[in-house]
Amino acid sequence: MAKVNVVINGRPISVAAGSSVAAALALAGVTATRRSITGAARAPVCGIGVCYECRVTINGQAHRLSCQVACAEGMQVVTDAAL
Amino acid sequence: MRTHYDALIIGAGIVGAACASELAQAGLHVAVVEQEIVGGGTTAAGMGHIVVMDGSLPELVLTSYSQQLWAELLAERPADHEHLACGTLWVAADAEELAEAQAKQARYSAHGIASRLVAAAELYALEPLLRPGLAGGLLVPSDSVIYPPRSAALLIERARNHGAQVISAAVCALRPSGVLLADGQTLTAEAVILAGGIRSQALAPELPLRAKQGHLAITERYPHIIRQQLVELGYIKSAHASSGDSVAFNVQPRPTGQLLIGSSRQFDRSERSVDQAMLAQMLRRAVEYMPALAQLTVIRAWTGLRPATPDGLPLIGPAWQRPGVWLATGHEGLGITTALGTAKLLAAQLLGHSAPIPAAPYLPARFDKETAHG
Amino acid sequence: MQRFEIVVVGAGPAGIAAAVSAAESGAQVCVLDAGAAPGGQIWRGGAERHSRTAARWATRLRQGQQISVQQNTQVVAPLAAGELLVERPDGPQSIGYDRLILATGARELLLPFPGWTLPGVTGVGGLQALIKGGVPIKGRRVVVAGSGPLLLAVAAGLRRSGAEVRLIAEQSDWARLLAFGAQLPLDPARLLQALRLRATLGRTAYRAGCWVEQAHGAEQLEAVTLRHGAQRWREPCEQLACGFGLVPNSELAATLGCAINAGAVVVDYAQQTSVSGILAAGEVAGIAGVEAALAEGAIAGYIAAGRPAQAQPLLARRAAARRFARRLEHTFALRAELRQLASAQTIVCRCEDVHYAALAEHPSWRSAKIHTRCGMGPCQGRICGAATSVLFGWTPESIRPPVAPVALATLITTSSAHSINLEEHV
Repeated sequence: MAKVNVVINGRPISVAAGSSVAAALALAGVTATRRSITGAARAPVCGIGVCYECRVTINGQAHRLSCQVACAEGMQVVTDAAL
Repeated sequence: MRTHYDALIIGAGIVGAACASELAQAGLHVAVVEQEIVGGGTTAAGMGHIVVMDGSLPELVLTSYSQQLWAELLAERPADHEHLACGTLWVAADAEELAEAQAKQARYSAHGIASRLVAAAELYALEPLLRPGLAGGLLVPSDSVIYPPRSAALLIERARNHGAQVISAAVCALRPSGVLLADGQTLTAEAVILAGGIRSQALAPELPLRAKQGHLAITERYPHIIRQQLVELGYIKSAHASSGDSVAFNVQPRPTGQLLIGSSRQFDRSERSVDQAMLAQMLRRAVEYMPALAQLTVIRAWTGLRPATPDGLPLIGPAWQRPGVWLATGHEGLGITTALGTAKLLAAQLLGHSAPIPAAPYLPARFDKETAHG
Repeated sequence: MQRFEIVVVGAGPAGIAAAVSAAESGAQVCVLDAGAAPGGQIWRGGAERHSRTAARWATRLRQGQQISVQQNTQVVAPLAAGELLVERPDGPQSIGYDRLILATGARELLLPFPGWTLPGVTGVGGLQALIKGGVPIKGRRVVVAGSGPLLLAVAAGLRRSGAEVRLIAEQSDWARLLAFGAQLPLDPARLLQALRLRATLGRTAYRAGCWVEQAHGAEQLEAVTLRHGAQRWREPCEQLACGFGLVPNSELAATLGCAINAGAVVVDYAQQTSVSGILAAGEVAGIAGVEAALAEGAIAGYIAAGRPAQAQPLLARRAAARRFARRLEHTFALRAELRQLASAQTIVCRCEDVHYAALAEHPSWRSAKIHTRCGMGPCQGRICGAATSVLFGWTPESIRPPVAPVALATLITTSSAHSINLEEHV
């Protein structure tokens, strides 16, 4: 199966082509995508881009929806929880 | 429930709330009649910029006096008002606007308001995201930001603690010494205070008010990418234009890390819907001054109606030809800042005390055609 | 600006049926769809893979001579009348229409309970969608809870993906389910479907009258407290999939000024909304399932294309599908206990972390929003708005543009209809 390489919180990981960024995060063992405004860990909920819990920073752009964005070669993903 | 009050205030926006707080603290039996929710009209739509403006001498006097009152109020519970002491940085695009900044600085200084001219290099040190090629600016550190609906709610709470009642009802007509509610009930009062923003006109059609619609947009959270409220000096020209549509660069950092982006002015658009073309013009103006804004995510855009008078000054004092009716409206885009000063002025007139600042420039009678034409 | 006679928003069953019917009637049609392939949420990942019916419709869509399907395209806001601002992969674009068919579908109803914000707690369809995106589930212990037929379908899918489904907890009780089941044999296709699901689910426990009271864990889900009658126990699991049915995605319709009732776009017998030239079909016009969506979509397509006679034969199918939907709605009606699950400190608005007690003191959605920030976050109240309408009976106010958060640069794009003088500021 074709693979793409992405970097999650500084650590490279190879995932199946077509995987969502949310999937890559889960495969990398990152369980939380963001910290809520009072600091609680949050992770994807709705899976369809409605709840905004899956927000991460992708290639420097904040507030991207990890459940809606497909992994692309060389993509840099940073989660709030890592900050 | 009692049906007679010393003072009956129509509207629980920031101006009505401030008047209620002031009059209740003075010992009056106060009722506030609100048809929707506290702070839910123009109060909720505005930026919450506590700003000294110098479009005219009375404007400067009222805004600077009100700002001092805000400083006292905010000192008690700043977080509850979502207060952010960010100051205002007036941005000068060119030499002409820089000269305007200097004139502004002189006027502020003459009124004891601290401000500081900022050269181009310092401008970019303060706000690195501004586009290159700007001339400089004027920093006014005493300006700040609040969340107006919260402040209105806190003022109402204070009024309640002093015995004021909030009545959830719509007023459908002014009556001699009172009001008629939509449910047919009549409430009477020694003084009826009309503080309903642009809606005041529905009860007193003679008021010289026109709606100036404004748009705002708010972004996702981007903490600390700007530090000051940034306003182009061209704003003054657009804010006081008496006709035509206009936009200006006016961006505010919220305590949440969000950016509130303004501003636009459109006359006589009574509906509240967003005019997508006007929103686009406004945002384009913002991006001209700060190109990085283009990449930010906008969550929501909305509009509000500023109640504007022909001379740009509010109506504070007795209504002409309507005994027992007092006005506290017509604040255009400065209602948040001037609410506290308005309440003091109104209370002084109502109670026969000496006014803290001259009341004459804001007296509604200046628009009474009978006296004006003698 | 590109201009079409008919623009359809959404390429789920209703949108596909609308586009196909309109195009086969001779209209020029454009379909705007946020997904990567037609199918919507129900036929996710391409309709061909789901059923013969789905494949047939997908083929008709693909072969439509006068249909332009624009995937990965989000509608951002209405521009002038008859014009939409959309965001496509190649940038913003304005799309003009004579008639508009809204087929924007539905999302899950999620209800707050203590711990529902923990990582590991998702919607039911939510978990299914995440797995389709590649989220690993193999070997993980999952509790599937909430309400509706989706629970069974998703649990079956989870098992096929290698998850250990510990329990399916349906909040509705057996009395209602059996009354509903008694009517099923009348419909062989549905019976077959139910039997297939049973075979896949094997010995997975299915409990009716059972619901999740609480989710436990520090930074991640570790267990849930389940309630079944007087019984209450703790079930260890890494995932909880919990959803309580569907709510219409009526935000775009609302920004266009269409009348909304109980969350759904109000339509007449011809699928026309309160705004002239705008039609709505499928779940956005009331949760009624795929069959109804296909019928409504086709009716809307024919009506929009000026062929009301073609729509006529579909009315009976639509009526039957809606009758079935009403039975489903009755069968899976939410029990009162679900409104009491949130404690004072339970977060209700996940974007702004507004807890239950802060909301409970407000009389209306607008009051709560203005004074607590509930619904002011990026989801724009899509999650908490639906939840508070169940908890407090509130009606969320119409959503403000943009329809969903969008890059500021996109909002700068407009038609040339309106321009104002900037010179005076320079």
